[in-house]
Amino acid sequence: MHETDGAPDLLLNATDIAKHYGAVVALRSASLAVRPGEVHALMGANGAGKSTLVKILTGGVRPDHGSILVRGRPFAARSPTEARRGGIVSVYQEPSLIPDLDVRSNLRLTQTQPEPVRHWLAELGLPDLDLADVVRDLPLATLRIIDLARALAMEPAILMLDEMTAALPANLTERVLEVIGRMRGTDRSVIFISHRLIEIGAVCDRATVLREGSTVGVVDVTEGSEDRIVALMLGDIVRSGTVVQSEASAVAARAADAVPRLSARNLTVGTKLTDVSFDLYQGEVLGVVALEGQGQDELFDVLSGSERPTGGELLVDGDARSFRHPADAIRAGLVYVPADRAEALLMQRSVRENIALPFTTRFGAWGPIDLRGERKKVDGAIATLQIDTRAAGEVRRLSGGNQQKVTIARWVAGGVRTMLCFDPTRGIDIGTKQQIYQLLRDLAAAGAAVLLYTSELKEVQLACDRAIVIFGGRIVAEIAVADADEPTLLRAAYDLRPEELMPEEIASAAVAVESADPAAVAVESADPPAVGQP
Amino acid sequence: MSAGVGTVPGRRAEFVEATVAWARRNTWTLGLIGLLIVFLALTKMLQPNYGAPGIQGLAISILPIAFAAVAQAIVVISGGIDLSVGPMMALASVTSAVLMKDQGDPFGVAVVVGVLLLGIAVGAINGALVVITKVPDIVVTLATSFVWAGTALLILNTPGGGAAPWLMAIISGPLGNPWLPKALVVLAVVVAVVWIPLRRSTFGLALYAVGSHPLAAFRSGIAVGPTKIVAYALTGFFSALGGLALTATGGVGAPVPGSYTLQSVAAIVLGGVSLAGGRGGVLGPIIAVIVLALVRTDLFFAGVDPNWSTAVQGAILIGVVMFGSLVAMRKVRA
Repeated sequence: MHETDGAPDLLLNATDIAKHYGAVVALRSASLAVRPGEVHALMGANGAGKSTLVKILTGGVRPDHGSILVRGRPFAARSPTEARRGGIVSVYQEPSLIPDLDVRSNLRLTQTQPEPVRHWLAELGLPDLDLADVVRDLPLATLRIIDLARALAMEPAILMLDEMTAALPANLTERVLEVIGRMRGTDRSVIFISHRLIEIGAVCDRATVLREGSTVGVVDVTEGSEDRIVALMLGDIVRSGTVVQSEASAVAARAADAVPRLSARNLTVGTKLTDVSFDLYQGEVLGVVALEGQGQDELFDVLSGSERPTGGELLVDGDARSFRHPADAIRAGLVYVPADRAEALLMQRSVRENIALPFTTRFGAWGPIDLRGERKKVDGAIATLQIDTRAAGEVRRLSGGNQQKVTIARWVAGGVRTMLCFDPTRGIDIGTKQQIYQLLRDLAAAGAAVLLYTSELKEVQLACDRAIVIFGGRIVAEIAVADADEPTLLRAAYDLRPEELMPEEIASAAVAVESADPAAVAVESADPPAVGQP
Repeated sequence: MSAGVGTVPGRRAEFVEATVAWARRNTWTLGLIGLLIVFLALTKMLQPNYGAPGIQGLAISILPIAFAAVAQAIVVISGGIDLSVGPMMALASVTSAVLMKDQGDPFGVAVVVGVLLLGIAVGAINGALVVITKVPDIVVTLATSFVWAGTALLILNTPGGGAAPWLMAIISGPLGNPWLPKALVVLAVVVAVVWIPLRRSTFGLALYAVGSHPLAAFRSGIAVGPTKIVAYALTGFFSALGGLALTATGGVGAPVPGSYTLQSVAAIVLGGVSLAGGRGGVLGPIIAVIVLALVRTDLFFAGVDPNWSTAVQGAILIGVVMFGSLVAMRKVRA
C-alpha cells in the first residue's frame, strides 16, 4: 500500500516485465505507468511485444519476472476473471460475446447489470438495441459497441482497448472516442491501443512506446508528437547497403504500350477493401505495405482465387478474368505463397511430393505420373532454391526457412508467371531471408511478375522495385524504391503525409475520408484532404 | 383494484410477446411437432383402430432412447460428443437389475439412487479424461465405451437379474386418462425437474457458451474445463436413467442393449441440436425420438420389410436435416 518509489499515485505501475517463450524473447524489460484519469496509448511496431504485454495484463500469460501494481496492490491474474477482479477489464480485437446466446444472457454470464449497460449503449449511439437479440444475428460493429458498453458497465479501474476501433464505421468511432475522452480527469484510466495515430492524437494524454520487448520512451501526446512516436518505434535504423539497383531495368522494360501482367481495377471486398487499383508488370517486384488488418489479406485472397471481389475487375495480360477457385487463378498463372506454411504444405509428405503436387494435379494430367519428368523438374527446383534435403522424407521436420523454400519451389518447378507472396519471410532466419530476396529478384529478372506483401518494412528496399501502401482498405501511397526507407513507409502506413499538419486538420481529414455521410460530421477544413488518393 | 385491472392487459400482451419470441427461437421444435402430428395422423390412417393402448406402448418403448437422446443433447450442446452413452446405459441397467433382484422396495429406491450416482461418476470420468488429456472427445469416449461395455458384461453376461415391481409399475399403464401414459409423464417430470432449473441457471448459460465459442466463454470468465466435465457428468446421469428405463421396461438387466449411442446422435441431429455445439435443447430431441419411433410403426403397419424401414428412417433423417439447413440458408440470404 505504501509505495515509496516516487510514484505513489499511479493507477497501474508495471515495471521491468520480461517474458520469453523458449529461446524467443517476447518482452525484455517492459514498463507501463498509467496515472489515474488519463488515456494512455500503448504503441509498438509488429513484434515489439505489445500483444504479450496485453496478454499479461489480461491474465492470459504469466510474466517471467517484473512487478505489476494496480492502485498500489500487487496484480497477478491467471484468467480474465482474476484480471477483472484486480481492476483491469479488456475489450479485445474480436468480440468476446457468445454467438448463440442473446445479449441479456451474455451480460448475465459476466454478472453485469443490464441497466448500466443500457446507459452506456445509449451514450455510444445504440439506444434502441433489444437485449433479447441473439448475438449471431447482430452486425460486427454493434458487437464491438456491446463489448465496450459491457466493459464500461463493470466500472474497472483500468479499461484496456485493443484495436477497438478497427472494425467501426466513422460515426461510431467518433462516439467511442468521445466516451473514452470523458474518462479523462476521473479516478479511472484507459489503455488505448490503435494503429491509427489520428485517434491517438485525438484522445490520448501520453503514449508508451515499445520496441524489441523494451519500453523505449513515454511521450506526452501533443501537436506533432506523432513523429516522435514513430521515431521511437523505429529506433536506430541500420542502413542496408543492398538496396535494389535494378529498378532502372524494370522501369525501362516497361514501355509505354506494355500490357501489365496483372491489373486490379477498383477492386472492392465488402468493407475491408475499397476501390483498389494497381498494375503489376512483368520483370518487377511490387511491394505491398500495410499495418495489420488493413485489407491486404482480402486483396491476396481475391488475387489467388480464394475469395470473390464484391466489385471491380481483375485483368491478366489485359483480359478480364474472374476466379471461382484457386485452380482458376493458378491456370491464369497467378500462384500464391502464403505466410502460414501449414496452409500450403502437406506436412507429413515428402519434399518431392510437395513440390510435384501443383503440376501433377493440373487438369488433363490424369493417368500415370511422368515420374522421370517430375524428378527432373523437382531436382531443378531443389537446386535453385538450395533446399536442405537431409530431412526430405517429411516436410514437417524441415526448418521453417526450408519449409518456406518448398512452398516457393513447388511453383518455381512448374515455371512462374506471376507470384503472389504474402509475408514469405515471416519467422525465418536471416540467411534464408537473403536467399528468398535473391530468388524473387532472379524470378523477376527472368520475366516473372512478383507481388510481395511484407510486414518487415526494410524488405521493400531489399527486394522490391516500388511499393504500394494500403491503409483502411485503400491504396494511400505509391513509393519508388529509392524513397522507400523505413520512416517513409511507416509514416505512409499510418497514413501520415510528409508535410507537417495540425492535429485537428489531420482529424478532420480522416473523418472526411472515412465517413460515407458528410452530413453526419462537421468538416471545418476548407481544402479537401489529399488522403485516399494513390 | 384499479391498478390490478390496469396490469392485466399489459401482462397478457407481455405473455403473447414472450410466446411469439419463444416460437421464433424454436421454429425447429415447432416444425418437429408438426411432423409428429403428421405421422400420428398417418398412423391412424394406416391402422384405424390405433388408440390409447398404442400410445401407451409407444411411450414405454421410447423411454430408454428418449433419455439417451437427452444425455447426448447435453454433451453436444457443450461442444463435445459421447460415444459411450449406450454402454453407460448397459452398465446402469445390469447394475440395477443385479442389485434389485428379489429385494424389498426401500432397498430398490437406494439402488436407483446409487445407479444414478454411478452414472454421474462414470460420466465425470469421461469428461475429466477429455478435459485433462486433451485427447479428442470422440477418441476418449470410444475407448471408454469399450470399458463400460466390458464391465457391464462382467457384471451380467446374459440378460438377467430383475426389476423392483414398483419400478416397473411407475412406467406401465395410464395415469388417470387412458391417453396419458405414465411413461410419458415420468419422462416429462424427470427431464423438467432436472433440465429446466439447470437451463435457467448460470451453469446453463455457461454450457451453451462453452459449446458456442470457447475463447469468448473463457474471456467472459467461464471456467471452461469444469463446465465440460459437469456436462459429461450430466450425460452420465441421463444415460443411467436410460439404463434404469431399460431395466424397468424389460424387467431384466440388458448387458448388450443395442445401438443406443448412434440412435441418440440421430435423434439430436433431427431434434435441432447443432453438432458444432451451442445450439438446441432437449425438447427437440425427445420429439425426434417419438417421430423416429412412429416412422418405424407406420412402416410396420404398411407391411414394409423391417430392413427397408431402417433404410427409410435414415433417408428421413437426411431429408429433414437437409431441408432444415436449406431453410436456414434462405433465411441468412434474405
